[in-house]
Amino acid sequence: MSTSNLITMKKVVQQLRFEASINRVKVSQAAADLQQFCVQNALHDPLLTGVSSSTNPFRPQKVCSFL
Amino acid sequence: MAAEKAEIEKLKKECDGLRKQIETARKAVNDGDMKGASSGVESVGRVQLKKRKDLKGHLAKIYAMHWAADSRQMVSASQDGKLLIWDTHTGNKLVAVPLKSAWVMSVAFAPSGNLVASGGLDNMCTVYNVKAASPKTLRELDAHTGYLSCSRFLSDSEILTASGDTTCCLWDLETGKQKVIFTNHIGDCMSLALSPDQNCFISGACDSLAKLWDVREGACKQTFSGHTSDINAIAFFPSSNAIITGSDDTCCKMYDLRADQEVLHYQDSGLNAGVTSLALSSSGRLIFAGYDDFNCHIWDTLKGERVGVLSGHDNRVSCTGVPEDGLGVCTGSWDSFLKLWN
Repeated sequence: MSTSNLITMKKVVQQLRFEASINRVKVSQAAADLQQFCVQNALHDPLLTGVSSSTNPFRPQKVCSFL
Repeated sequence: MAAEKAEIEKLKKECDGLRKQIETARKAVNDGDMKGASSGVESVGRVQLKKRKDLKGHLAKIYAMHWAADSRQMVSASQDGKLLIWDTHTGNKLVAVPLKSAWVMSVAFAPSGNLVASGGLDNMCTVYNVKAASPKTLRELDAHTGYLSCSRFLSDSEILTASGDTTCCLWDLETGKQKVIFTNHIGDCMSLALSPDQNCFISGACDSLAKLWDVREGACKQTFSGHTSDINAIAFFPSSNAIITGSDDTCCKMYDLRADQEVLHYQDSGLNAGVTSLALSSSGRLIFAGYDDFNCHIWDTLKGERVGVLSGHDNRVSCTGVPEDGLGVCTGSWDSFLKLWN
């Protein structure tokens, strides 16, 4: 019983050591990169630019008739 | 016994020390406020999407949905014991897959479109070939000791699952066996999302933590805390450098992977319902989050402001999805309907 607690604790320590060792980027840099991505892709985001009725695949289809 | 007790105490102290070390390291790079940094970005204004289609066919609560890679087909799962594959352009049902167990909680479409997977309280992930003349069970992945909350295909030969048994698992579909087991959560895993390059995935669990994993090595690379209740929904920001989570604590949060910390939270004093599901628009600028209050609220990812709402369901919104081409949003609800918006 207590041996498994020891094993568990060793695993927790090992995991924390690993997580503590990573390199971290400044939040200001991370934020700038996220913003840049959004801005660069905004024109290609249909939910931002809107979808025109003629190209909207979900819009109920009008029935074509022969004149 | 006493020696072991002493060693455990020593390890506990080391844990506390390491946790402090991580917090200090995170504070050291916390040189800016995401909201403040975004003050220069143009506002998206009010986002008003229209409901374009109601998809009627299920006879009970819908628990999950997933878009096919073609951005046209979509699969939904309901506790009426069926999976339905829809042609979202026409609104027609293409395939109905009867389930052995009606208690379904998750559904996924393989990128090829050939396979779908589902599972729930049966603790299994069942994979079906939906291109056959009638849907055929290909594999029953049976090893989890808790419910199946989420699954995502990497390809026709590999699938990731998340379970109430607190583990996630990578399976080989050719053999039906587990390849890698991901253990580290101490609460039920509720949701997972695969990174665009398929090298990593993220999981959200009832221990209120989100974790980043290496798919091949099985290692947990990073852990994100901050939520105060179950994380029900999780997604990658499209650049792969950040993740968004949604929780029963009524908040959504964005964590940046490179800064290793929360950079923004999405919360409104008027919103007191838990978040059930979420999806991002193709540029990542909008978050569509489904809530227990019957609505899907729209958030500006960068500014943290609520910018719109998709209203119309008569019960909890249980699932939300944006297709790869970004042309719309699908919401699924306990009211048994799916709605398409853009």
